[in-house]
Amino acid sequence: MLSQQIFNGLILGCIYALLAVGYSLVFGILRLLNMSHGAVYTAGAFMGLLGASYLHMGAVPTILFAMLLTGAVNVCINRAVLQPLREQGAANITMLISVTGVSYIIQNTLMLVFGSQKLPFPKVFDFGSFRVGGVLVTSIQVMIVLVTVVLLGALGLITKHTRTGLAMRCISQNPKASNMVGIDVRWIISFTFIVSGICAAIAGYMVSGYYQLVYFTMGTTAGLKAFAAAVLGGIGILSGSVVGGILIGLCEALATVVFGGEYSEATAYVILFLVLLIKPSGLFGKDDVDEKV
Amino acid sequence: MSELILQVQDVHTYYGHIHALKGISMDIRQGEIVTLLGSNGAGKSTTLSSIAGIVHPAKGTILLEGTDITRMKCSEITKRGIGISPEGREVFPRLTVAENLLAGAYTRRDKKEIAGSLEEVYALFPRLKERTKQMAGTLSGGEQQMLAIGRALMCKPKLLLLDEPSLGLAPNLVELIFELIVRINKTGITILLIEQNANMALQIADQGFVLETGTITLSGEARQLRTNDAIRRAYLGK
Repeated sequence: MLSQQIFNGLILGCIYALLAVGYSLVFGILRLLNMSHGAVYTAGAFMGLLGASYLHMGAVPTILFAMLLTGAVNVCINRAVLQPLREQGAANITMLISVTGVSYIIQNTLMLVFGSQKLPFPKVFDFGSFRVGGVLVTSIQVMIVLVTVVLLGALGLITKHTRTGLAMRCISQNPKASNMVGIDVRWIISFTFIVSGICAAIAGYMVSGYYQLVYFTMGTTAGLKAFAAAVLGGIGILSGSVVGGILIGLCEALATVVFGGEYSEATAYVILFLVLLIKPSGLFGKDDVDEKV
Repeated sequence: MSELILQVQDVHTYYGHIHALKGISMDIRQGEIVTLLGSNGAGKSTTLSSIAGIVHPAKGTILLEGTDITRMKCSEITKRGIGISPEGREVFPRLTVAENLLAGAYTRRDKKEIAGSLEEVYALFPRLKERTKQMAGTLSGGEQQMLAIGRALMCKPKLLLLDEPSLGLAPNLVELIFELIVRINKTGITILLIEQNANMALQIADQGFVLETGTITLSGEARQLRTNDAIRRAYLGK
């Protein structure tokens, strides 16, 4: 029972990690808490529903379809809302409020189009299940772990070893100098939003397939918990967000065992509260992270 | 007389409502060291920013080897051969020395050529070579200045813009930086230099311009400027 819960927590943790990375990517480059990320994740889930149930596409084309559209939604948020504000020199709080507004626009658009009731999502990657020790493992769970590992691994390689990744790190440290060395700052920011949108789409698709359910408010709590995960790991630090996500997933599962299902929902927020109280820069964050040398 | 590499023609630049440059014109000849003198707030850095495309002039034209670059994006101008070492160095503090230099080569694609340029920069600044894996934020001021110049050289510039490279450095380092500027110039790179140390700047420069509240008030051969009475009073301390 306990090992099963821990395993389930790990799966949930993978999803939080995928979402937390989206927060961290955008925060790292813009110092912005992208509060529309939960809604973008919901949009990803609905794009998956559109592909699978309405357009009857297979699993892989559906994922690609959802990635493409959700990436595009995220780029639109950047180009239509954030970029004009940024170039007027708007304060960070203005952008924070704007993206919060955007999240309501996305949610309510989805509600208008798809309705407010919970909708069934088709089973995905359903190849049965097997037992390891006492733990029941389903094929979708295996897929969630695999996809998370591959995606986050690829992301790590991109940021550490490619020209674009170097440009992302440059912008996060000194946007002015990045422009001076000839980095196309606008494009790199758009690229960051594409990647974060893709992560959200994959998370949305996987969760919907896992629970076989989509609804327009699904991103609200998931988004906040993933935000807590990003803060726990040290927001802006990709590997930290992954660890944070998995820890939150595990803690939530253990809380279910100890306190029961009703209280486990509060786990992420309790952790967020404790992190902000004890070490606001997170597990992997340096306290001088914003200091210019 | 050699060819003109840069022509700045009647450039007006605004920062918000501040009219920072009020019609600047300068001709810079290929292969020279040109220095831009003037007090704080005269518009020296704005002139460099306008040339590098960091800010765009409201009026006027800037030609690089005859091509109009006035409205080009910074990345496009870097690609065409203008490198800038900005005031305050502006290195990437949490990237290594090597990564900072590679960032300078962002607009270039050929990996072999980039590796070649990296070796050239290391030959010029052996101090940087000893510290390739060190975070730029942990370097001393002089080393950061070398890194900023090295990073600007990594785009393979025809024209190098240097904004106060000796600011805040110990006298022996100031001399070293000036020696290096001359060496860089000898490799065929034209240099536009902003300096508060007018004396030393005029000694290595071929040409000089004096900027006062957004207009050029005096220009000429550096040799002549050194003996000009007004300059001696204002910038050379007699």
